Formats: sequence, C-alpha cells, structure tokens
Amino acid sequence: MSEVTRGGPNGGRRRRRGRGERAMVPDAEFASYYGRPVLKRPEWQPLDVAGYLWLGGLAGASSLLAAGADVTARPALARTAKLGSAGAITLSLAALVHDLGRPARFLNMLRVFKPTSPMSVGSWLLAAYAPLTMAAAAADVAGRYRIAGAAATASAAALAPAVATYTAVLICDTAVPSWHEGYREMPFVFAGSAATAAAGWALAAAPPGQTGPARRTAVLGAVLELGAFRLMKRNMGLAAETYDSGRPRGWLRAAEGLTAGGALLAALAHRRGRVCAALAGTALLAGSAALRLGVFHAGVASAEDPRYTVVPQRERLAARSRTGKPEEAG
Amino acid sequence: MTDDVAREAGHADPPPRMGFFTDTSVCIGCKACEVACKEWNAIPEDGLELTGMSYDNTQGLGASTWRHVAFIEQRVPAAPGGHEDVDVFDAARDLAGSPGGDQVRWLMSSDVCKHCTHAACLDVCPTGSLFRTEFSTVVVQEDICNGCGYCVSACPYGVIERRPDDGRAWKCTLCYDRLGVGMEPACAKACPTDSIQFGPLEELRERAADRVAHLHATGEGDARLYGEDPQDGVGGDGAFFLLLDEPEVYGLPPDPVVTTRDLAGMWRHAAAAAATLAALAAAGFAGRSR
Repeated sequence: MSEVTRGGPNGGRRRRRGRGERAMVPDAEFASYYGRPVLKRPEWQPLDVAGYLWLGGLAGASSLLAAGADVTARPALARTAKLGSAGAITLSLAALVHDLGRPARFLNMLRVFKPTSPMSVGSWLLAAYAPLTMAAAAADVAGRYRIAGAAATASAAALAPAVATYTAVLICDTAVPSWHEGYREMPFVFAGSAATAAAGWALAAAPPGQTGPARRTAVLGAVLELGAFRLMKRNMGLAAETYDSGRPRGWLRAAEGLTAGGALLAALAHRRGRVCAALAGTALLAGSAALRLGVFHAGVASAEDPRYTVVPQRERLAARSRTGKPEEAG
Repeated sequence: MTDDVAREAGHADPPPRMGFFTDTSVCIGCKACEVACKEWNAIPEDGLELTGMSYDNTQGLGASTWRHVAFIEQRVPAAPGGHEDVDVFDAARDLAGSPGGDQVRWLMSSDVCKHCTHAACLDVCPTGSLFRTEFSTVVVQEDICNGCGYCVSACPYGVIERRPDDGRAWKCTLCYDRLGVGMEPACAKACPTDSIQFGPLEELRERAADRVAHLHATGEGDARLYGEDPQDGVGGDGAFFLLLDEPEVYGLPPDPVVTTRDLAGMWRHAAAAAATLAALAAAGFAGRSR
C-alpha cells in the first residue's frame, strides 16, 4: 500500500517559509497525525527559564572575574563582580522556583542526588555555590573576615565554570530537537555568553580604571559565543532551521548585533571613558539575554512542529537500513 | 531478561515485567479504554472540544488523558483480491465509487505511555518522583513531584504533561494500584476486542510475533510491530503496538532515542567548555595591568 494518502488533511504539509529564510535542507515530505506535534511543548516559562540560563551564566563568569580581581589587586572590580554573582544567582534561584508547578516543594530538588538528571546535579551545585557567592560578597562589603571571604571567593570560582555551562546540558538533555542536536556546541555557546554577560556587568558597574580584564574577557567571550553558535547551527542538521525563522531569529539577530557591538565598544572603551564602557556593558548584558531567549524559543518551535521530530528520525532509519547496522551513540 | 529492568532499579525479587500489547488491527475505535482509564484513575475532565479533523476529539495523550484513540482516514488503492470471501469488504468496495478504484480505510489505535526500558522521564526527574516499579513500569509519585516540567521535555513520545491547575506531572501508571492486587489495568479490562492485551512482556512479545506472521500470511503486508525491539533507541517499550502503517501516521516517532543515551557526551562537552571558560577568564587577567 505504497500510495496511501498519509496522515489526514495536514499530513505531509509543507511549511511556509518566513521572509528571508534560507532553506538549509530541501523540504521533505513526511507523514504526521493531522500535523500535530509528536513531542510535548516545553512547559517552562520563557522569562523564567531563559532568565535562569542568563543569570546562571552571569553569576558563574562573575565569580571568575571576582577571583581574578582579588588576585590581581583590583578591589573595585572584585566588589562589582562579587555583588553581581551573588545577586544574579539569587535571582536565578527565584526564577527557578517561580517556574515550578509546585513552588512550595522546591526542597524536593535536594531529596535525592541523581547523576542522570542535570537538574538534580545543578540543584546540588547551586546549593553549594549560591551561599559561597553570598559569603564572598558579604565579606567584601563588610570589610571583615577577609580570610573567610577569600576562601569563599576562591571556592565559588572553582565551581563557577560548572555553574555557567551545566545549563547547556540541562536543556540539551531533552527530546527537543533544536536543543538536543546541539549538545556538543551548546556548552561553548553558553560559556561564551556567560563571559560576555559578566564582562558586561563589570564594564557597566565598575570604574574603568580596573576593567581591563573585563574588556578582554568580553572580546574573547564574544568570539567564543558567536563562533560556537555558528558551528552548532552548521552541525545540527534540519533542526537548525528553527534558529533562522520567526521569533527565535529576531532574538538571535539582536543577540549577535548586541554581543559583537558590545565587544567592539568594550575593546575601545579604555580610550572613550565611562559612558562608552556603560554602553558596551549594557549591550553585552542584553546580547547574552537575547541569546538565551532565542535558544529557548528555537527549542520550543522545534518541539511544536512534527517535521523536526519525524524527518531526522526517518533519515536515521534510512541510513541504518543502507548500512545494515545500527548507528553508534554520539 | 525482562526482569533485569526492575532488578537494576533495586527490586530484589521482582515479578515478571508486565506490559501492554496494543494490536491496532482489531481496534474499533470505541474509546472504552479512554473512558475506563478516566473513571478508574479519577482523571479530571480536560475539555470537550470538537476538532473537526476526524472522529478523534481527544487529540492526544496528556496530563489528563492516559489512553488516546487515534483515528486516521486514508484513501488506499483497491485491494487486489484476497478479501473476496469477507462480506464487509465487498460491501465497502461497492461503496467506493471513485474512478481509480480507491477505497477508504480507517486506522484506529489506542495510544498509551510506553513504559520505556530506558525511560527519559525517569532519568531526568530531579526529585525521584518518577520511579521504576517492581513490575518494571514507570510511575509518578504525585506526593513528591514539584512540577519542574523536565520530564515533559525529555519524553521522546510526548506523553507526560503538567496539569495546568495542579502543577504536577501526570501520566499512565499502568494501573499500578490494580496490578498490586493481581488485576489487569482498566483499559485492557474494558477493551471489547482484546486490541489492548495485558500480561507478562515476554508472553506478549511471542503473541505479537504470531499475530504479525498471521497478518502477513493473510495479505496484510504492512502490519509491523512498534516498540517491541529491545535493541531500539529506548531499549524497547513496556507498552508496544502492532501498526498497519508507518508510526508517524499515528503520531508516533519513527525512531525514538532516549535523550540520556548521549548524556556522557553532554557532560564531556560541558566539562571542556567549563575549562575553556576558566582559561578565557585567566587570559583576560594575563594581559596588561590595567
């Protein structure tokens, strides 16, 4: 029965392409159940979860700047970064709790430790990290308990790279095509985005005389973020389409412009003074937030359209039947 | 072999792995399974809508729909003989008056949680609310779930969902309460054609293989099993199906893979990215002094 009309009226429908959208792969005919999605749409709230990703990155990379500033005797940069990381991680925890269906049961996150659940790993990580950032910031502001403060700053910095990058595993460890298929590059995108956000905060809030490292971190972070993002889209296959259409495209274009522009301004900031630095910092912070929103919405779009679930799986099956053996796990 | 799932989950002396074999070739679309499931499990009403797309107004599995009967209407080429001895097909052929000799066929299939061998929902659940029962099924403990929604995004079949007014995630329990006292799940009990069969998974797999062989012998060459293969991307389903067309026609993913299969690779890449971030920050401080 090869000539069956598939999947009812909407089976095998073609997507209407948005303005300026570039076809990465030719449209494939595919069957579906009346065009309904195979997957459930992620139920997370965009502001809560994209905000959580953004603030987690800002906090993590700020802890690194704080430790570096302590070591290289830049007290104003250190205080800005410590306050930034403590504030950001507090807000990110609030966003996480707010997104729960049962916020009062937040502590159930610490009921078990499950290495197979990035959310469990992340909960324990934050349970250790958040108090350290608060202790570091409190000791700095109070100007007392310097040894304890230094120990807290160093310990927070040791956990910080994990805090900034584990969120990539958090969203990639799902069935959502545009997240899962990017699992190799997403941590690098998030690492770069964390660096630009923290550098942006430091540029906007610390005196220009001490922000040299933040300016360099901004440039390096922007290069890492933009490069890894391009690589991710190129290696992702069909699911990359969602990053280049509709609402995600808008956010990601804004992210690219703000991050690149912010990094450029940051590179020039030491000659242009405070206003230029503040502008660069604001652009970098906004660029990092826009990136997280764009990635979030692209994932949602890929879950809502059965095309991104069915077509790559069909291709995988076809490739397997050609070679006659199952593919190895990546 | 199939007991290993429960044993790996820590059950010392588990009963045989229990599951569903849903033979869609005998489903008549009566939706008794949907009703029995709702009644037994006291699932709230979740909308009385007319979709206009087919007789399927339930639309899909969800927080408050744990059995869903899909309804597909297809135009197919007239069968080249083979069914002449069956009166009902003769009648159907008389009704199909289109010039190409097309016929209409209806596919009906009662979908349910697959109770995967490698269950993504269970793997990613941060609270331990989702757990593996002694029957190797996957069940949510509603007194533990804090509604984080991770399982919803992790399920490759789009089964589990958060109930809006309640905040927690819900799905089929394979009637864990009934199994505990030796009864079969409500949907299987209510099914009038035995399209939904319940039993030890080993036994169901043998029965399903026989059924496919029988259908192939009678000319139904498109009959195939879905989710019965322990070598597939989710390690085989505890609830598997006999389908008469490609899985995606029924709204099922053709080659689902448990997302946590790649988790080691994800952590490795994240570790490399974390090291890169640390190096990047160090490089930021390594330059000139201002």
